[in-house]
Amino acid sequence: MNASAAVAPDPLIRVCGLSKSFGANRALDRVDLQIYPAEVVALLGANGAGKSTLVKILAGSQSHDAGELLVDGQLQRFNSPLAAREVGIVAVHQHVNDAIAPGLSVAENLLLDELCQPGAGFWLGRKRVLQRASVIAAGLGLDLPLEQPIEHLGQAERQLVVLARAFALQPRLLILDEPTAALSDTEAQRLFALVDTLRERGVAIVYISHRLSDLQRLADRAVVLRDGRLAGEFAADQLTEAVYAMLGEAPDTRPFEPRAGGREVLSLRAAKVTANSAEFDLNLHEGQVVALTGLLGAGKSEIAEVLFGLRRPAAGTLHVEGVAGLFNSPEHAVKAGVFYAAEDRASHSLIPGFSLRKTLTLPFLQRFTRYGFINTRLEAQAVEDAVTALGVKTAGIELPMETLSGGNQQKVVLGRWLLGNGRVLMLDEPFQGVDVRARREIGHMLRNSCEGRATLVICTDVDEALEIADRILVVRDFAVVADYARAGLNRATLVAQLVGSDAPSPSPCSSPLNRTATPGSSARG
Amino acid sequence: MADLISSLPGSAPKPKRVLDALIRYGLLLVLAAVVVFFSIAEPAFLRVNNLFIILQSVSIVALLALGVTLTMAVGGLDLSIGAVAAMSLMIASYVMVVLGWGAVPAVLISLAGGALVGLFNGWLIVKMRVPDILATLGSMFLVIGVQLIPTGGRSIAVGMTLPNGEETEGVFSAAFLALGRGRLWDTVPVPVLVTAVAALAVWLFLERARIGRLFYAIGGNEQAAHLAGAPVHRYKLLAYVLSSLLASVGGLLLAARLGRGDVSSGNGLVLDALGAALIGFAVLGAKKPNAFGTLIGALLVATLLNGLTMLNAPYYAQDFVKGLVLVLALIFTFGVGQRVR
Repeated sequence: MNASAAVAPDPLIRVCGLSKSFGANRALDRVDLQIYPAEVVALLGANGAGKSTLVKILAGSQSHDAGELLVDGQLQRFNSPLAAREVGIVAVHQHVNDAIAPGLSVAENLLLDELCQPGAGFWLGRKRVLQRASVIAAGLGLDLPLEQPIEHLGQAERQLVVLARAFALQPRLLILDEPTAALSDTEAQRLFALVDTLRERGVAIVYISHRLSDLQRLADRAVVLRDGRLAGEFAADQLTEAVYAMLGEAPDTRPFEPRAGGREVLSLRAAKVTANSAEFDLNLHEGQVVALTGLLGAGKSEIAEVLFGLRRPAAGTLHVEGVAGLFNSPEHAVKAGVFYAAEDRASHSLIPGFSLRKTLTLPFLQRFTRYGFINTRLEAQAVEDAVTALGVKTAGIELPMETLSGGNQQKVVLGRWLLGNGRVLMLDEPFQGVDVRARREIGHMLRNSCEGRATLVICTDVDEALEIADRILVVRDFAVVADYARAGLNRATLVAQLVGSDAPSPSPCSSPLNRTATPGSSARG
Repeated sequence: MADLISSLPGSAPKPKRVLDALIRYGLLLVLAAVVVFFSIAEPAFLRVNNLFIILQSVSIVALLALGVTLTMAVGGLDLSIGAVAAMSLMIASYVMVVLGWGAVPAVLISLAGGALVGLFNGWLIVKMRVPDILATLGSMFLVIGVQLIPTGGRSIAVGMTLPNGEETEGVFSAAFLALGRGRLWDTVPVPVLVTAVAALAVWLFLERARIGRLFYAIGGNEQAAHLAGAPVHRYKLLAYVLSSLLASVGGLLLAARLGRGDVSSGNGLVLDALGAALIGFAVLGAKKPNAFGTLIGALLVATLLNGLTMLNAPYYAQDFVKGLVLVLALIFTFGVGQRVR
């Protein structure tokens, strides 16, 4: 089973019997692992399998309870990320916004590590900052508005800023946790090319991703964690087996029967999202799952925001169940039965300190209210039922959401909209940052509940769209440009449409695999 | 960021459980200890009469603190409450003494004035997007200034001479003075009663009412509450109006107790109220603004001050004691609390 692609005789990192517990929960249980220079190790595992814990121990943001961690044969025990960085271990964590300093400019964010050095100069010359920052940005081939506040950048560009920072530290081991989650294909290709360069220079890379295509493109071997234990090591050509090992069961490849739409529930006519964008129509039908796909920055979320009353379009009329009128606010949209689960769970859905119960019932508290007061018994019953129906794993409904794993959090913030009797349910990137199993369960949940309402799923990932939708709409430059029925649609057609026939020629780092590169596609979030 | 790995609450080891209990009940234990200590050191402390003196002394600050609690729940802060209380005191005095009207118009006009300031605060914060602390700091100065204009900066007393040389003829009506000096069944002072009712109402509102839940949602993550369909702007406005109204009531009670429109009263109220609400974070490990905690916070400070006064502690020690309690409570809430989680 041990098919290590060892290039160097001495491992850079050697981990023996590493264990870590949180209370009664064993997050890591006697894990052994070697990482060699100049290799890309894919780290696979379902949510809660221990990936994040392992990464945090390697990167110094947590310390282990038992076991040994050797770097270059030297016993190490990091008490801070800085200590790990000193021996050349740098991690880019999943949550981009944790690594961003709001209020500072893009340039200052790029330079954050340098500015934190004890030896850094006292004065901050604007010119020097810009010059150093443009060097760092150039390392990733980025063209960013350096003097703008970082808040002006979208998720994808923030991710690129964080990655550029990590590359600039010249790590010996670089840990990337879901680096492509917010990136478009083009940007992902750019990242892959960089990873290739680093590998050639002898840097070891631990790569965590739920996207099999990323791993197929990059990984030299795969290490699988399950329930905190090492579930096996696999060579690059055994990735499918690795996924089996991660899931502990065969993946469900049963294709679904695409459904024809019922009655028209929502129609948007002659809509222009911005003053300069093209006019388009959009309609949604009962009982049908429609995917809205397109490259990053194509304007998918913006269209959903128009439907949900978050954004005023330049033109267009909206009918929901025959009633005309655009919504002025989410409040009105929700009252009319139009629901929207926004993209970024932490900033758009979760409320710090709120329990599972409070998070789940937030949009529909009215249902449990008598004379202005909440009927807690009614509420608890509904929450218990929803937790069972959604398959949320939790030790209790009064626990804060923070104690749930990412996949379970996602089930709650998506599934809570099923509590209302919705006419239209819109989900923005519902599969972001969840593992394959949770993704499948969420897909089932969506398809099984879609009777009686129209469902719109926004996903950048073409395969996700193909996996879930009865009908696929393609968005380019803030307008719906194509409308396909799922039946008879093949991937290549869809991808070609996504890119647009008038797109420039593919970038030099085009991949042999299924990703398609499109330089110059607008990436403004 | 919270750990993605779910750590299930199992049977925690014993020292941890003790610490947990300390965090939950620490402040209540301190209050109990303070009461026990003072009743041993000075037996007169525990007399019913003295206990009501404590309650009476705390009632006005507690009312203002309940208002701050509401604005803190929506993630804001209202610094103008002290000024609003003072304004309400001046309005009531002016209406009765200078205009010679009765108690009812005095109360109604004061409350309307308070609500108006609340609306102004809400408008600044919601529509003009001024950060809450700055907005209410601005309106605090504005209100402090405005209330001095009608009397030319002088306090209002019965029989005073107005800037134009006329002598006032109105008086504080007996009904109005009863608000501050009356006692129910000859024991419970009216201000204590008013505060108790207000505390119960705020507690019910925040803990049990739908809008209260949404207040906390807005305070925790405004964006998420907005996307869940909550009318964020309307509820923030409501919080500031309620806060100002409670402050107005506080000012009225103060006016009724003093029996004159004293320009300098009400100034110290805002810091005491803020302190009480912040101490409240630590009660029962709530870590958030809450009505019960606010009440306990106000009580704890008042009890300490009363007991120390009885033991002849110098008056200038008062602020030091308040500060000490507040800092300890904040350590309980943020420092120790974080480590246990």
